[in-house]
Amino acid sequence: MIRVVLPAHLRTLARVGGEVTLKVEGPVTQRSVLDALEAQYPMLRGTIRDHGTLKRRAFVRFFACEQDLSHESPDAPLPDAVASGVEPFLIVGAMAGG
Amino acid sequence: MSKVRLLVGTRKGAFVLTSDGKRKQWDVNGPFFGGWEMYHLKGSPADPNRLYASQTSSWFGQVIQRSDDGGKTWNPPGTRPEDLMGGDGMPKGESNMFLYDASAETGKPLTTHQWYDGSQRPWEFKRVWHLEPSLTDPDTVYAGAEDAALFKSVDGGKTWKELAGLRSAKGQLWQPGAGGMCLHTIVLDKGRPDRMFVAISAAGTFRSDDAGKTWRPTNKGLVSKYELPDPDAEVGHCVHCIAMHPSRPNVLFMQKHWDVLRSDDAGESWREISGNLPSDFGFPIAVHAHEPNTVYVVPIKSDSEHYPPDGKLRVYRSRTGGDEWEPLTKGLPQQDCYVNILRDAMTVDSLEPCGIYFGTTAGQVYGSANGGDSWAPIVQNFPAVLSVEVQVLR
Repeated sequence: MIRVVLPAHLRTLARVGGEVTLKVEGPVTQRSVLDALEAQYPMLRGTIRDHGTLKRRAFVRFFACEQDLSHESPDAPLPDAVASGVEPFLIVGAMAGG
Repeated sequence: MSKVRLLVGTRKGAFVLTSDGKRKQWDVNGPFFGGWEMYHLKGSPADPNRLYASQTSSWFGQVIQRSDDGGKTWNPPGTRPEDLMGGDGMPKGESNMFLYDASAETGKPLTTHQWYDGSQRPWEFKRVWHLEPSLTDPDTVYAGAEDAALFKSVDGGKTWKELAGLRSAKGQLWQPGAGGMCLHTIVLDKGRPDRMFVAISAAGTFRSDDAGKTWRPTNKGLVSKYELPDPDAEVGHCVHCIAMHPSRPNVLFMQKHWDVLRSDDAGESWREISGNLPSDFGFPIAVHAHEPNTVYVVPIKSDSEHYPPDGKLRVYRSRTGGDEWEPLTKGLPQQDCYVNILRDAMTVDSLEPCGIYFGTTAGQVYGSANGGDSWAPIVQNFPAVLSVEVQVLR
């Protein structure tokens, strides 16, 4: 199972308390994880990726294993530790905007 | 006895305030959606317990919220378990999907508008400024968006479709005002269900007589000497708000960037009615619930000094449909007051006497239960108020 940590406002919107766990079929990438997340929590559609372009929203960042993966290809494999569930995939609101 | 419900949107959440018909004691519920910008909340005239809310964030974009119990509980439309599955068995979650129409069926509407420097920029959805529920159907609601466009939902906010004919009304000449290029006002005409008006900063007012399919600019008489190269251009004016009394649908009142105006012919032409106002800059404008010729504005010093002249918070009332204005000051701060009142932050109720409410950027909500003769703070320490709407529950 993939572990995902959401920012507080999206946890509220999705009505979840802590980490979210997702079952992802096939390669574990940003795209497949976000597809699975949005399928399980459709109220999150459009809040992390733009509805039309599916690009990451400007003030959202992706971290894992102490790395910033925000600018990686959405189809690049995520670290093995994320794919194996050892480490969570962090979705973070950037320290900007608002 | 009637109950009154105030719906207050702020920079950091929404609040629902309730009172009895005396409108003296208020219960405060909230914040709902704490930390999010709540641009607008409004109830359905056809079902007062059906409320719509626009929840936005620079980080996480747009969310539409809906309550079916008068604001006690809220859900993004289409995300209750029984609503989740579409025909193909997959979740939908489309209540915040505002996609500009570029389909062949509608003629691939133009996709650029004017930027601040006069260059062309593609339309890009940012947020919903205003939600206007249908006068007759709780499931039908209109959304005014930034970048300026009008969307319609006929399924209670689950899905949205752009009324793209609006952007064909010289959209390439529309431009953003200081707050962005937003469609902020939607006025429906109960007697003519196919007629609607919208107002856009900075484009002007537009009218449709075929339920939103086609539109035309209705800005004759507007003059923007320092904002536009052609001061009386057909489009491009920074209209801040328009208001109509339902008994007199051909009469519209307008607060423009500068100037207060009225139209007596459903927007075909406008004339200035600023009269003796201390400043004719401002944001909201409202019409008395029972006196169609009584109008309210809140003068603001200038386009860069967004606070009342002389540090005195004064609502101005005209009982003559404009030109002659009187300051309403009793109960309002008359020194050292430097707040602003935004365009969706003033409203009137339908009780007798008519109640008037407005919210400030410093977090006060003021109310008057006597047509503006005297005022009292309802709350004083909210986040900056973006919108105030009222419902009378009989």
